[in-house]
Amino acid sequence: MTNPIGDIGGADFILAIGTNTTESHPVIGLQVKKAVRNGATLVVVDPRRTEVAGLAHHHLQLKSGTDIALLNGLANVIISEGLVNKEFVDTRTEGFEALKEAVAKYTPEYVAEITGISPGVIREVARGYATAKNATILYTMGLTQHICGTDNVLAVANLAMLCGHIGKPNSGVNPLRGQNNVQGACDMGALPNVLTGYQSVTLEDVRSRFAAAWGVSELPAKPGLTVGEMIEAAARGEIKGMYIMGENPVLSDPDADHVIHALEKLDFLVVQDIFMTETARLADVVLPAASFAEKDGTFTNTERRVQRVRKAIEPLGEAKPDWQIICLVATAMGYPMQYGSPAEIMEEIARLTPSYGGISYQRLESRSLVWPCPAPDHPGTPILHVGKFARGLGKFHPVEYVPPAELPDEEYPLILNTGRRHFHYHTGTMTLRTGALEEYYGREHLEINPADARSLGIADGDRVRVVSRRGQVEVTARVVDTVPPGVVFTSFHFPEVAINKLTNTARDPVARIPELKVCAVRVEKIA
Amino acid sequence: MAEVTLTIDGRQVTVPAGTTVLDAARSAGIFIPTLCHDPELTPWGGCRLCVVEIEGMRNLPASCVTTATNGMVVHTASPAVVEARKTIIELLLANHPEDCLTCGRNGDCRLQDYAYLYGVREAGFVGERHHYPLEEDNPFIIRDLNKCILCGKCVRACAEIQGKNVVDFAYRGFNTKITPAMDTSLSGSDCVFCGNCVAVCPVGALQEKGLRAAARTWEVKKVRTTCPYCGTGCTFDLNVKDGRVVGVTSCDGEVNGRALCVKGRFGYGFIHHPDRLTKPLIKRSGVFEEASWEEAINLVAEKLGSIKKEYGSAALGVLSSARCTNEENYLMSKFTRVVLGTNNIDHCARL
Ligand code: SF4
Ligand code: SF4
Ligand code: SF4
Ligand code: FES
Repeated sequence: MTNPIGDIGGADFILAIGTNTTESHPVIGLQVKKAVRNGATLVVVDPRRTEVAGLAHHHLQLKSGTDIALLNGLANVIISEGLVNKEFVDTRTEGFEALKEAVAKYTPEYVAEITGISPGVIREVARGYATAKNATILYTMGLTQHICGTDNVLAVANLAMLCGHIGKPNSGVNPLRGQNNVQGACDMGALPNVLTGYQSVTLEDVRSRFAAAWGVSELPAKPGLTVGEMIEAAARGEIKGMYIMGENPVLSDPDADHVIHALEKLDFLVVQDIFMTETARLADVVLPAASFAEKDGTFTNTERRVQRVRKAIEPLGEAKPDWQIICLVATAMGYPMQYGSPAEIMEEIARLTPSYGGISYQRLESRSLVWPCPAPDHPGTPILHVGKFARGLGKFHPVEYVPPAELPDEEYPLILNTGRRHFHYHTGTMTLRTGALEEYYGREHLEINPADARSLGIADGDRVRVVSRRGQVEVTARVVDTVPPGVVFTSFHFPEVAINKLTNTARDPVARIPELKVCAVRVEKIA
Repeated sequence: MAEVTLTIDGRQVTVPAGTTVLDAARSAGIFIPTLCHDPELTPWGGCRLCVVEIEGMRNLPASCVTTATNGMVVHTASPAVVEARKTIIELLLANHPEDCLTCGRNGDCRLQDYAYLYGVREAGFVGERHHYPLEEDNPFIIRDLNKCILCGKCVRACAEIQGKNVVDFAYRGFNTKITPAMDTSLSGSDCVFCGNCVAVCPVGALQEKGLRAAARTWEVKKVRTTCPYCGTGCTFDLNVKDGRVVGVTSCDGEVNGRALCVKGRFGYGFIHHPDRLTKPLIKRSGVFEEASWEEAINLVAEKLGSIKKEYGSAALGVLSSARCTNEENYLMSKFTRVVLGTNNIDHCARL
């Protein structure tokens, strides 16, 4: 996020794209509600009528995967009606002419054809966003889980720069991350192309600095493979051994049967987790890890805030914190790795990572810190891009609308959309074992529009089979008009409804995010 | 900003104009008891426990809804004030079950605190009592309306913090109670079980089902930490008894204040779930067998090492975790690059 969570409540215009905030990020949802209570205009872009859409002044129920067309359409109106923040564009950005040219054809009428949103509403939303004092854009995977996910994000940034709604309070471009420490895992270089703080592995001086600190002569220079590419390489027999810590790709990744096949093909798989997950079952060795309550550490939330995790109890049984296990494996492989505590590890991170340079457990004891925090006396940076972008001038990146990789056809006439539920989390390994959440919300269902249900002869509560080109699952139907005709929806929390058996592995070419939000399916009643 | 100066219990206190008498007293470290007031919620002025004497005013005004003015002379503990507070507590006790011995909030209850403070030993009135059935048909929250003192905090918390308006006052007089629309239960309403009403309830009318059954209030140690679920990063206190996490309570989090969602507040049960892995496992002819750490680590080291030797570093891959700590992700990245010699590391950020 460019701005803190607490800023949202003070915005006077909120554009929430593909985020069912009140269910996926309930406490951020409270800020959205607060803003609305204070008179802010809320616009929600989502094919489904979610809870937060119910609060919106405008709910733009666009056709799945047409976000770029809509965003370009908004930019088109803002430019053609002279609503551009000229001072901001002149002094802080470059590439405006190219953007202007690119969005010229996205007139409200043309965009209406693609998205199904009326030209009048597109104009009204564009004007509202452009003329608001402080407008904020929120988005989540609803925007990024498409083959064009990266372009979607660029289109959002274009809009914010056109109107100067960035680099100041109560505004900005704000991705809401799904898991507690996705931000931190990225910051720490758990990515194939960068080390900590997004320092590229391809840069010689970066590598030599890390190599010196880590006591080795050199580090690999070639960017590695992403999750999806690793799975594919494993299926081809090129990757032979994998070490998986605290992830469950069998349920979370697209085309689950393919993932299982690939992992089974490995010569050796070690999985480190707190439960015997669907992925751990495939392992040769399973190492028992400690839960968050059993260790010290830090998490970095979606607004870049680094906060302490504190040990409350001893690890269960013989379980060990993940950091200790990694040290044991490294040492056994001939690279002695030893730390007295996570605080020591943070000291090393701070030395190697400019944006974490001023972060220490001592400071975190009294309060959290928002990075970039380059020095021990630096207060942290809750708002990014104030006065200047990291790269100097903000660059407009014109982007074009591309239809989803897999569209409905005669054989698979419906679009499957997947997401999260309020009472559950990710692949359910934790929330299905709480003695409370699963008791209250214990079974998954498939949401289907009454019109589709009628034509398929499906009644509320019927068991149905959902079939895509890649796999099938059985689930109970719930007939509701919160999903539009032509779209069915379910979550990926429940192992018995392993919906990612069906989803498409087609990926965005840059960020390599699979297109989990759109794939073609058919639904049949089970006799 | 304009300031006003008033006298509270003989002391000069200067505060910004618009400050309430309650906040002015608190800023000077002078104690005034409250039941219905909460700094985060709209002032209501309903319980009247916070009454004070202000010279020149005929009645005893509620300090939480009275604005401080220049020259005001306030007495927070005059005999009339103390008498009024005693009467309020007696009236509340007259319609309160004498249940402290088994109440889950025993030791953390404002009514108990104030009865003790003002030496109110018994109700002093013989009145009709409520006999509402206990509401415990959901796995998260127990509602015992017999203990409700009608302070309305839950109503305001639900409306103003949670933005839900699930519960409200209903009926009149003696029959007044707090209930969801149509007098149904929470599970029959739009309630999302955030428990933010529980966090503000001053008495035992709203309780966390699991926590209050597992521990008495003075038995728990509280450890401040960050929620393991979504990317919001709410702060809360893990409540620990005898080495077990028995519940979660709100603290004043930097991101969330006291607000949490159902997962953060009630989703801790996985920590001690019997399915937790507690021993290293090695698969032998398709079946997992328990092993020692030494054996398991050596096997991992040997297998990864021999793949690296035979096929090169590019034949190895690592998935790190969006659920592990920064320190662990950092070490995993270091391990992958230094020990395995590859950049094949990723996590499910994309999912
Ligand atoms: S649990 Fe949350 S939603 Fe339910 S009544 Fe309490 S505050 Fe309202
Ligand atoms: S339930 Fe608790 S918070 Fe709500 S009115 Fe009764 S005593 Fe007050
Ligand atoms: S309490 Fe709820 S909103 Fe807050 S971090 Fe946890 S899961 Fe997210
Ligand atoms: S606290 Fe002031 S009236 Fe209740």
